[in-house]
Amino acid sequence: MIDGAVTVRALEKVYPRGRVKAVDGVDLDVARGELFGLLGPNGAGKTTTVGICTTRVLPTGGSVVVEGIDVTVDPAAVRECIGVVTQYNTLDRACTVWENVYFHCRFFTMGRRAAKGRAEELLEQFRLTERAGSMPDELSGGMAQRLQVARAIAHRPRVLFLDEPTAGLDPQSRIALWDIVGGLRREGITVVLTTHYMEEAQRLCDRVAIIDRGRILVCDTPTALVRDLDEGRVVELSLDRLDGRLLDRLRRVDGVAAAESDGRGGVRIRTTGADGRVLAALVEVAHPCGVRDVSIGEPSLETVFIALTGRDLRE
Amino acid sequence: MRLRTYSAAFGGLLLRDARVLVRESVPFVLRTVMNPLLFVFVFAYVFPTIGQGLRAPQGVSFATVIVPGLVAVAIVFQGISAVALPLVHEFGGTREIEDRVMAPLPVAAVAAEKVVFGAMQSVVAALLVFPLTYLVPAGDVAVRLDNWPLLLLVIVLASLTAGSLGLFVGTVVRPQQVQLIFSILVIPITFLGCVYYPWASLDAIPWLRVAVLVNPLVYMSEGLRAALTPDVPSMPAWAFLGAITIALAALSFLGIRSFTRRVQS
Ligand SMILES: Nc1ncnc2c1ncn2[C@@H]1O[C@H](COP(=O)(O)OP(=O)(O)O)[C@@H](O)[C@H]1O
Ligand SMILES: [Mg+2]
Repeated sequence: MIDGAVTVRALEKVYPRGRVKAVDGVDLDVARGELFGLLGPNGAGKTTTVGICTTRVLPTGGSVVVEGIDVTVDPAAVRECIGVVTQYNTLDRACTVWENVYFHCRFFTMGRRAAKGRAEELLEQFRLTERAGSMPDELSGGMAQRLQVARAIAHRPRVLFLDEPTAGLDPQSRIALWDIVGGLRREGITVVLTTHYMEEAQRLCDRVAIIDRGRILVCDTPTALVRDLDEGRVVELSLDRLDGRLLDRLRRVDGVAAAESDGRGGVRIRTTGADGRVLAALVEVAHPCGVRDVSIGEPSLETVFIALTGRDLRE
Repeated sequence: MRLRTYSAAFGGLLLRDARVLVRESVPFVLRTVMNPLLFVFVFAYVFPTIGQGLRAPQGVSFATVIVPGLVAVAIVFQGISAVALPLVHEFGGTREIEDRVMAPLPVAAVAAEKVVFGAMQSVVAALLVFPLTYLVPAGDVAVRLDNWPLLLLVIVLASLTAGSLGLFVGTVVRPQQVQLIFSILVIPITFLGCVYYPWASLDAIPWLRVAVLVNPLVYMSEGLRAALTPDVPSMPAWAFLGAITIALAALSFLGIRSFTRRVQS
């Protein structure tokens, strides 16, 4: 697929002093105009993958082509057509909010007048006009993040990379940022974002690739990923006490795909269907251990992740 | 076409640095002027006035000896405070540099911009310090400006070298080690940089006369001495011009390489 916005082939990265492959044979195809999510736990290799796509990390194998340009062949040309929001706040602390956007435009070869106009327009669009003269350190987390996005798109890039854009934001700012990202997509800009929040990936992304230990496990639309779980559910039982044999007994129940301790004194059971009889059987089997609470998760990307890795995204 | 993009981006980076400098112009002037002002005041005004003057060779005043040296120190000092210190912060503290290197030009050019802008500040610092060394001293200062082409050449080369030194230091030092820059770099190279005495007068300590030759500040002081105070003995022009050029090439190579390695893992 030569015509895509981002094409990743057999990508590998071993850091000079790293012992493991941070990225281990990743293939991705991001289509133009798509909102693509890279979902995975901490240390999965999301930042490294995005780092290579944005020319800041050198791959040790494989290739990345962004808008038809190989990132290792002409990195400066790639930087011209991408916008980047890194995992950290990299706002220019010595410049005002307005200057952050204005000088970014100047770096990307806009003239004085054009840069001025663009800066004003973006601050307006991102509701930062009132803070135009503030320094970045005076902004709240949500505002700083909006400014980072405003700055990243100031030169009208065709592909925008957002690395964990909502990590550390309060729920309100997170929703505000989702609106912004959704809006950018409607403007036709390709967005690649990484996240370890499955809700974010599910609500926002057209397609999601789940990454773990440097490898892509699956890649599809959120709906298709969840559907492929065979209607399975995750049932969590909180118990008074957990005895070792209970897990074995639960696994023998008809319709149970997996059962393990949730690490908090309860058990997490994945079922293969949404059958009410399974639930009744589970409660009955667990009854001697003192069932205090039962919760049934709607199938979600988190369920998909647990099904694929046997682990929780948050672990 | 590509070159147009690169130079526009380079210009944008310079513009941003200039804006920040203008906002911080008072601290800039203070940090540039304070040290030489005190030095000239005590050694070239107070000491001679209270009759405790240091003697200088061949009957020239001590003030005359230190004018070129203080200009050289001002140039090197800018390399550290205008290039190295902000870089240490942008690399280690705030990671701002990660955004700067996303500008559409080669990473080496982003590093070179730091050197160029630092050098511009060094030139301004030299011009600020010069009148001080002239006006404050009690005795005569025998400074001549007739060899201005040499003066200009030395100032420009020295300023670029100082900027490259700043780039290299700024990319290898961690934020926790900032104080070390002063105690193990700035102070030793200043005291052993032929700032307060001409190189020729180290005849009396032959091993030191050779040892200080690793210090690039020696050649800047001597070069400015040759240009500004021809009455004071100095190194031949080929020696200091050659040595500064070599230092510039080595430091800019090391600085750009170290910068590139730190922003691209
Ligand atoms: N600069 C580095 N040097 C060595 N190892 C690194 C470096 N950056 C990341 N890693 C390692 O690479 C792996 C992937 O990290 P990263 O890409 O940051 O994951 P994520 O963004 O998904 O949390 C981790 O094991 C991490 O420890
Ligand atoms: Mg990360």
